[in-house]
Amino acid sequence: MIGLLASLVDGLLVGSVYGLAAMGISLIWGVMDVINLTHGAMIVAGMFSLYLMVEFLGVPAYVTLPPILIGGLIVGIALYWIAVHRMIGQPPLMSLLSTFAVNLVLIGLGTAQWGTVLFNVPVSLPGSSIGRYTFPGTHIAAALLTAAIAFLLYLFLFHTRPGKAVRAVSGNREAAELVGIPTTRVLALAFGLGVALACVSGMLIGTMFPFTVLSGDAYQLKSFVVTVLGGLGNPAGALIGGIAIGLFEGLTTPFMPVNWTLVFEFVLFVVALIAFPGGLLSLRLPRRAE
Amino acid sequence: MTALLAIENLGKRFGGLAAVQDLSFEVAEHEILGLIGPNGAGKSTLFNLINGVFKPDSGRVVFRGADITGMAPYLVARAGLARTHQIVQPLGAMSVRENCTVGACFGRENLPLAAARQIAEEVAVFVGLGDRLDVPASQLTVAGKKRLELARALSAQPTLLLLDEVLAGLNPTEVERMIAVIRRIRERGVTILMIEHLMQAIMSLSDRIVVLNTGQKLAEGSPSEVANDPAVIEAYLGDPELAAEFRGALA
Amino acid sequence: MKAVEAKKPGLAAGGVLRRPFFWIMAAIVAAFAVAPSIGNDVELREDLLLAAVYITLASNINLILGYAGYVNFGSIVFFGLGGYFTVYFMSALGWNLVAASLIGGLAVSALAYAFGLGILRLRGAYFALATIGVNEAVQAFVTNFTPWGAGTGIYLSTELFLPLGGPAQALWVIYYALVGVMGLSLYLSYFIKISKFGLGLRAIGENEDAAAVLGVPTPRYKTMVYCVSAFLPAVAGGLYFFKGAFIQPIDAFDLNFSTEAIVTAMLGGQGTVLGPALGAYVYEQLRSWLLTSDTFANFQLVISGALLLVIVLFAPGGLMGWLYRRWPGLRKVLE
Repeated sequence: MIGLLASLVDGLLVGSVYGLAAMGISLIWGVMDVINLTHGAMIVAGMFSLYLMVEFLGVPAYVTLPPILIGGLIVGIALYWIAVHRMIGQPPLMSLLSTFAVNLVLIGLGTAQWGTVLFNVPVSLPGSSIGRYTFPGTHIAAALLTAAIAFLLYLFLFHTRPGKAVRAVSGNREAAELVGIPTTRVLALAFGLGVALACVSGMLIGTMFPFTVLSGDAYQLKSFVVTVLGGLGNPAGALIGGIAIGLFEGLTTPFMPVNWTLVFEFVLFVVALIAFPGGLLSLRLPRRAE
Repeated sequence: MTALLAIENLGKRFGGLAAVQDLSFEVAEHEILGLIGPNGAGKSTLFNLINGVFKPDSGRVVFRGADITGMAPYLVARAGLARTHQIVQPLGAMSVRENCTVGACFGRENLPLAAARQIAEEVAVFVGLGDRLDVPASQLTVAGKKRLELARALSAQPTLLLLDEVLAGLNPTEVERMIAVIRRIRERGVTILMIEHLMQAIMSLSDRIVVLNTGQKLAEGSPSEVANDPAVIEAYLGDPELAAEFRGALA
Repeated sequence: MKAVEAKKPGLAAGGVLRRPFFWIMAAIVAAFAVAPSIGNDVELREDLLLAAVYITLASNINLILGYAGYVNFGSIVFFGLGGYFTVYFMSALGWNLVAASLIGGLAVSALAYAFGLGILRLRGAYFALATIGVNEAVQAFVTNFTPWGAGTGIYLSTELFLPLGGPAQALWVIYYALVGVMGLSLYLSYFIKISKFGLGLRAIGENEDAAAVLGVPTPRYKTMVYCVSAFLPAVAGGLYFFKGAFIQPIDAFDLNFSTEAIVTAMLGGQGTVLGPALGAYVYEQLRSWLLTSDTFANFQLVISGALLLVIVLFAPGGLMGWLYRRWPGLRKVLE
């Protein structure tokens, strides 16, 4: 029983990072109705940035977070201009395909460079032990950093002008334009933020688990499951959804081979898409006037 | 005359807003029934309730004696009820001909392709789009798109036609032409229920008028009865331009 | 886009036989069948076999993507499942190739119906994501499913090639069968396009809600096109994996393959009949060349992605779109 509890706690820790990744998708989806299929590649970019900086520049693992965050922001803004800008206002299919195309290019370049070799970034951090069970230090650190970043995001969205502009544009783009908000720049910023979140979550995952160039796909899919569970365009929901998935994995992995967990997650994904288009949270919150 | 369409105690809420409340009226066969009311009165919502886009919270919609309440839109169309949209919805990449063929194929008669094409062409010519049959719908003018919206609905050979502000956005000449077309449609035996803001047009076209306000029926009767109804005038006095139009329409 | 001359003979009374396009497709199929046969050119056959598979996948995904406007990212699930059913029927139940692949195809269409019940009510991006979910769920399931070899897959013994006249002969039989499947895909695409069903699908692709109001039975049509678009790829999968005598989950459900189907359909011109075939053929030739070239062997995905990006951003009409703009007269002859 304690073992199960330990598994659940660990699931909570790891799940929060899934939530962080999902926040990246959710933010972009909510603000501009675009599904960012470069998400997986950006997670991998975060992982490899961590690896390269630690291995070749000798930077301590967690110190890489700020540069990765900023780098992600810049890359995200660039990606917006390359693949997304022209697709705004067009059917969602088009931005789906354009971001998908960029993803192919990036993963293709990645596999050309690094193949499918497994990489590992050893991070030694003392864990916390309760009885026989140890919670890896990296997991605890990742969860704490996730909470910090989520809090910063909240501060940004609700207490800064650019952040409020982002929320305005996601609510009603035309109205925001009429009020004089430079919507295109806001969209680019929002996209950059979403990508930055993806990169940082990749970095945190890289401190916890080994990875390959192709790992991004699996985490991207998890991000979608989480986003759908939490409600599209709802970053808070994404975080909660991530924790829910983490808990689900903590609950099931002690009892069944890892592969079956995947099956359940994907089935859950499809079921959630069908049954809860507003996300799990939409079931509990009272209806608010739009 | 038997009622072709009967709206019985229809109600629909969106969150806290009652868009349509306990609404009842009938449309008789072969008549043109005009539906007017200030903005937000629930007219377009009513259309959406009739053709199945929204499901009502209460009440019934009875068409030709059959209960069609909440039926899927494509089934309603198959039953012989066609509608145009306030904001036109052309199938952009397809030509005028193809748009109308869709209407003819999947409407009341459920025609095979070849027969549908013929009907489509006839209707397009009838409505005045005969010279633009093979133009992609997205390239038409606003007036053209409105005509296409009408032609497409008509191609389905409906028994009842719901027109949602077909005259909006047209200049006076185009309005005249469209009014003539609507009269010819009725002459062919189609019953018409139309929403319109152009007072003179709807007053002259309609056999009877139903006035909606905040989702409820305010008045019902012949155009002159309705225009003289104090409750109606009061509802519109809140909108002075419309009140002036009313007086102008009576003159 | 210029107006289209719409006065073409219809489906009735053999009118379709008078349309040149009918014979153009026949010529393509004939070319595929005949070209490697002269001189027993095995290398050409293998090249064209892969092209035929790509063309089959692209043409079938065009039904749901180009006509109805629904992106099926996970369409490879039909190909993979078809492969598994066929291989299983032949190795475990001893059926012959024809029965195994055809029944396999039907089984996959039935599964498509079941999937469709769940996911076809979703729109746009939700549907696209759900198709990925379906593919991944099926792959994860098969990886755990021991009767189908779980993660290691199923190997076919070469004895199974004997009824076809031995391995060398069998490869020719499979090739002709695949060419046949390709031809059927092209004709299927064509007949749907000029039919009432196709008109309804295109209306759905333009504006699904408006189409429903016009009377197009959208749920039924979407289900039909989804199931129909599953059948021939499933048969092709059966033939393909039988030929390789081996099937495993990562090959059978490789999302890259269905991505390539989408890319090729768009490259050639989605919504047309010839477009996906053209795009698939061009792409397959490009890909083969890349694989044999030392520098570019790893860049297959990069090229796919770059191509797709360019098409989506600058030329959504693909090759056919460009051809039609350049020579508008072609519209009267081609589909």
